[in-house]
Amino acid sequence: MTTANNKKNRIALTGGAAAAEALRQIEPEVMAVYPITPQTPIIETYAKFQADGEVETEIIQVESEHSAISASVGASAAGARTVTATSSQGLALMNEILYIASGLRLPILMLVSARALSAPINIHGEHGDVMDARDAGWIQIFSENAQEVYDNTIIGMKLAEKAGLPVMVIMDGFSTSHSVENLEILEKDVVKKFVGEYRPEQYLLKIDDPVTFGPLALQNSYFEFRVDQEKAMKDSKEEYLKIAKDFEALSGREKNYFESYKLDDADQAVIITGTAAGTAKDVVDKMRKNGEKVGLLKINLFRPFPREEIVGALKNVKNIAVMERAISLGTYSPFYADIASGLHQEEKNIPMQQYIYGLGGRDIFAKDIEKVFEDLAENKISKEIKYIGTNK
Amino acid sequence: MKYHKEIFEIIFHGRGGQGAKAAAEIVAQAAVSEGKFVQAFPNFGPERSGAPTKTFVRISDKEIRNHEPVVDPDVVVVLDETIADSVDVTTNLDKNEALIINSKKSVQEIKEKLNFEGRAYPIDANGISMEIIGQPRPNTVILGKFVQVTEAVGLESVKKEFEKIFLGKIGKEATEKNLQAIEKAYDTI
Repeated sequence: MTTANNKKNRIALTGGAAAAEALRQIEPEVMAVYPITPQTPIIETYAKFQADGEVETEIIQVESEHSAISASVGASAAGARTVTATSSQGLALMNEILYIASGLRLPILMLVSARALSAPINIHGEHGDVMDARDAGWIQIFSENAQEVYDNTIIGMKLAEKAGLPVMVIMDGFSTSHSVENLEILEKDVVKKFVGEYRPEQYLLKIDDPVTFGPLALQNSYFEFRVDQEKAMKDSKEEYLKIAKDFEALSGREKNYFESYKLDDADQAVIITGTAAGTAKDVVDKMRKNGEKVGLLKINLFRPFPREEIVGALKNVKNIAVMERAISLGTYSPFYADIASGLHQEEKNIPMQQYIYGLGGRDIFAKDIEKVFEDLAENKISKEIKYIGTNK
Repeated sequence: MKYHKEIFEIIFHGRGGQGAKAAAEIVAQAAVSEGKFVQAFPNFGPERSGAPTKTFVRISDKEIRNHEPVVDPDVVVVLDETIADSVDVTTNLDKNEALIINSKKSVQEIKEKLNFEGRAYPIDANGISMEIIGQPRPNTVILGKFVQVTEAVGLESVKKEFEKIFLGKIGKEATEKNLQAIEKAYDTI
């Protein structure tokens, strides 16, 4: 065992500062920064580390998020370990370059403090921004609290470089990014050793063995590039689990594609992620005390989607509620659609209700989640999407 | 009824820029230094300088997983008594729960004005702060009263955290005056 469980390493930080702390220990070579609420605490905290001489990272201040991700693409292609961070409109503005980063297989790590998209203007937490980027070829990992932000930042950096793909580590805007919570941190040298040195096989500044990044690929080859990219994405799933398990051994904190909480013998199951998953676990405990067989599945790795494993964990439940903090206008939200396709493949016909909660920072309470479980137990399941805590 | 009986929950009412967040953070970090689990977070409303704000703190011996805003507090701290004119600061405060308010008014006057039947602890934090620090800094002064009333964290831990956060920012002399003011508030009846 390492010093991970040593009490002196137990501190309290905001989720944003927890991300910056993990980055301080990783000490990337380049960080491209542009401020946006509620992401700014991440880059602000890190910039202070750099100004105080604690890290030697080259911080590139740019004039927009489009430039932040473009600078990251340049730095990463040149061979540097590269990170950036954003939220909401910033992530939307990056969209064009997100595809370039993943198409070029650049292992950029991006912290996202997830927030609603305009219009109407709203600066508060939800998952709409990261869901908008879910098909962009980035690995996506959700975090429940400051501890998971810290852990996932370290896992994410290593995963990006091992898988040769960009990674988004996601925290809930405000409710994680701006909340002070306890966490245990590892020693800097332990983190540095875990992440390892970054030695890319090919990079633009390898002048004795020059390569081209981003050439034209037309009808005769583009398709194969995309199929290869899908294969890399698929393969990264195993890589994630390997790194997550290595991190588990190092930290003593359980890591997996998803967290099964009292799901084994559960009749009623809730699928959820982010901060609300913590609240939901308290609800499960309370209802279990009353003898109700309830459980939950919290999604950690969302892209690539661990479909078979999730369906495997759900196979014995009677009813499912999928609670999402994002709206896919015109259809069901992403978790629901992905899980439904998995259940269909396994020929599992489990009734499943779609709930949407927390858009634009709307509060979600334990009693709301309790009501979801109660409705499931009464088989109140329909094709209609239910909106929690609204007048709709 | 409280959902989490084993978690001690606090709401700080202040005005934007008045330091409610700093006070909440000192309490939280003091609790962490005593080996406890905490959460401290602002109510994520539109924050403008001078507008009423809420900051929440949770303290527990066990890991805190719940992420709701605090709606049923064990104690409420009001840094500016004029807030009570526009915000119902005693919502869900029961008879055995405490209201700590920066005010020159008497216990009886506070109870009558706010139609509150619980434990009221007015403290002239502005007065103490003007007298010792020479500036109105009610947010840290009131922490002395908070410790006296709740015993949720120790006085020494609070003073240590104050020093940790502010020594570099305001210097030795001002830090010492603030610590004196915290002690004075702790000693008030």
